[in-house]
Amino acid sequence: MSESDRPVIVVGGGLAGLAASARIAESGHRVRLFSVVPVKRSHSVCAQGGINATNPIAEQQGFSAWKHMDETLYGGDFLAHQPPVREMCRHAPRIIHLLDRMGVPFNRTAEGNYDLRAFGGSLFKRTHFAGSTTGQQLMYALDEQVRRHEAAGMVEKYEFWDFLRPVLDDDGRCRGIVAENMDSMEIRAFPADAVVLATGGCGAIFGRSTNSLICNGAAAARAYRHGATLGNPEFIQVHPTSIPGQDKNRLMSEAARGEGGRVWVPRDPGDGRDPRSIPEAERWYFLEERYPAYGNLVPRDIASREIFDVCRSGYGVGGARMVYLDVTHLPQETKDKLRGILEIYQKFTGEDPTEVPIKIFPTVHYTMGGLWTGYEPAEDGEGLAQGAPGNMMTDVPGLYAFGEVNYQYHGATRLGANALLNCIFDGLYCGLSVAREAERVGGELGEPAEETLRAAADAERERARAMLAREAGENPYALHEEMGEWMTDECTVVREEKGLERARDALRDLKERAARAAPPDASGWSNQSLSFTRALEDMIRYAEAIVAASIERRESRGSHYRTDYPERDDERYLQTTVATYDSQADEPRIGFEAIRMGLVEPRARTYGKKAASGSGESGKSSGGGS
Amino acid sequence: MTQAESGETQTARIWIERRADPESDAYWQRFDVPYTPGTGANLTSLLRAIAREPVTVDGERTSPVAYDAACLEEVCGSCTMRVNGMVRQGCSTLVEDVIAGSGELTLQPMAKFPVRRDLCVDRSRLFEDLKRVRAWVPIDGLHDLGPGPRESPENQAVRYEMSRCMSCGCCLDACPQFTQDNDFVGAAVIGQVRYFNRHETGAREAEHRLDVMMEPGGVADCGNAQNCVKVCPKDIPLTEAIAEIGRETTKHAVRKFFKG
Repeated sequence: MSESDRPVIVVGGGLAGLAASARIAESGHRVRLFSVVPVKRSHSVCAQGGINATNPIAEQQGFSAWKHMDETLYGGDFLAHQPPVREMCRHAPRIIHLLDRMGVPFNRTAEGNYDLRAFGGSLFKRTHFAGSTTGQQLMYALDEQVRRHEAAGMVEKYEFWDFLRPVLDDDGRCRGIVAENMDSMEIRAFPADAVVLATGGCGAIFGRSTNSLICNGAAAARAYRHGATLGNPEFIQVHPTSIPGQDKNRLMSEAARGEGGRVWVPRDPGDGRDPRSIPEAERWYFLEERYPAYGNLVPRDIASREIFDVCRSGYGVGGARMVYLDVTHLPQETKDKLRGILEIYQKFTGEDPTEVPIKIFPTVHYTMGGLWTGYEPAEDGEGLAQGAPGNMMTDVPGLYAFGEVNYQYHGATRLGANALLNCIFDGLYCGLSVAREAERVGGELGEPAEETLRAAADAERERARAMLAREAGENPYALHEEMGEWMTDECTVVREEKGLERARDALRDLKERAARAAPPDASGWSNQSLSFTRALEDMIRYAEAIVAASIERRESRGSHYRTDYPERDDERYLQTTVATYDSQADEPRIGFEAIRMGLVEPRARTYGKKAASGSGESGKSSGGGS
Repeated sequence: MTQAESGETQTARIWIERRADPESDAYWQRFDVPYTPGTGANLTSLLRAIAREPVTVDGERTSPVAYDAACLEEVCGSCTMRVNGMVRQGCSTLVEDVIAGSGELTLQPMAKFPVRRDLCVDRSRLFEDLKRVRAWVPIDGLHDLGPGPRESPENQAVRYEMSRCMSCGCCLDACPQFTQDNDFVGAAVIGQVRYFNRHETGAREAEHRLDVMMEPGGVADCGNAQNCVKVCPKDIPLTEAIAEIGRETTKHAVRKFFKG
């Protein structure tokens, strides 16, 4: 038992943070839950398609938790550690049951069983869903359970609080956090025996993405700048189907294809006709043609590259960087299941997607890499040791990373509908590890030294004061746009050394300019510009790690595609990239370390691509073209 | 509606009601921001443009306008504001749909919640009211105890509608009965009562929820103005929920009366 009554700290109130809070509170520990927004507004609500788990129907067709693991590893191009993936997939059906008990309105069959849909990277139906807003329903269910713990006094929420840094003691152990109240701008240190970061991905580093504005990676970058290692930072998922927009690129769920939506372009690149009047024979369903087995449901990195390639060869709709995602042919009942996303499309474009094909293009969507975390494998060598304190702990003792912010599970590409699973699994399963750790160290460590807490808070107060004291310089919002353009141009679907080096140099320049950028607001109350300017500096450091790792990984694997090194190179790079922050040089240092395999042997990742169909050639030969 | 042709860059003359902090008085500033109809320019993109160049129409350099925003796709409920006096989400509002022929539009914070700064308000009352009605399913804990109750597709369809409430508060801001100095829970919370009472395990707390619905601030305070359903960005059938919970509350009251 713990002799400490210090609460555990959870930073981030999305699926992973809420699941962790509920689990830790249920284990008898009080939780302080920090979030930059009211937790119900966290980014997990944007997840649309569903959550994967083996199920009786799929199992009667040959699927299993083992196969779920296998396709997750294959999808991730074997870059993921295998024991955590094994445990997550084994746990998945239990998570569905739990969410069901919490009242998630999963779609049902006539008999009242869970309805299932097809999803990318699998030949089995194993995706459970609630309409096309599954993340919203799942997150609300956990939000409700946490509210229940809050009403019982076990969870205390700190909403509109920004995590600024972990507090480390002389032994390098995490003893709490420093955070800022985003209204009063008060900066305070909070002691804790264990801290969980569940702060999501870093899409905002790329300017426009499918992510919420709050997904800027700043929290992860702050942990990295204070000693935590990043794993595989170069692995950023580009989702094939988004609606390009002025302020963000909005996601069109993979569920659209899972329910039968088809991706195509006119076979004649100059075809200016209304898409509805283009006959079937004059449409080029390039994904179906190139990948007969998976068709439109190839993993996201592959679909994104193919769309990119088709557009670059001049086949984009109207010559633009755009292809059709067509759901017009689907029966009404199916369209109803997609209503959530179809409504979004109509609201933002004014076009009715049930009548006119959706126009889409790939955009940054998910952060596979993130804070490096360890784990303790089970004795049977397959899964994890339940409740072991080391599960999903960063290399800063006492500091955990759950959900999208850690680098586990997805390797070089995440399969659709595995993210919700990963977030909830981390919170529920590894939340127990946090409780055990707090009990283990709570009594023996005692209260962190007052001086340690004060020094950390003072350092952040000084950082804020110095930023506000800057002479008017460049506008941080404009600098952010510039960074986003560099990162999107040089570090997304296709990468090569020269371009990456240009981006690296641009980031060095931006780093200097950001250091002189004054927040365009001097207020001591709700100063969003100050919060943003600070975050920008941290985002640039994270971006530097992404670019440096992209340079050092001279191969192509999953979402990391190098035109100058187009092949996978297991001999040199079947390893985790580790990025550490060199505070003297203010630069990332890149290294590599071994991955734990043992369950599945790596094999070529082809998804049955047909030979000699890498370009528009086959399109031309079988139906006109240019 | 605008007369502007699609594709031609126009100037939006945006009047914004600002406030430095909760104690300060409100004041108005005008910003002129270019936008192009037909390109998906929405209100949050205008606010972003102002942040990049925070200068008023009079040439005064000012601070960026504070506003809450996160998902920008109308599912997080953050960026609720009054546009030309009407409450809606800033992200899903296209400029060309709200701009007057004169090119003007006004942005104000929601009126029924305390203002934090500029367009940011404090909606914690809504979350407190969710606690009051125990808006959760009282499960036995997070252990693996098998699946939940089987559900018909029909009941799922009703619950799914209610589950899409993102606590934006539009329905509350538009409701004449909901004011800063009363206890009315409003349509959003009544919708959640319906959501949980319709779940087999959730219904274990139905009696408590209907007790709250009988109290001051409960469903009887609804004046049937039906503004809620008109402004709900997610088209949730709120008046249906109010009618259903109103009936349930009446039955509950009668039962209680006879039980003593």
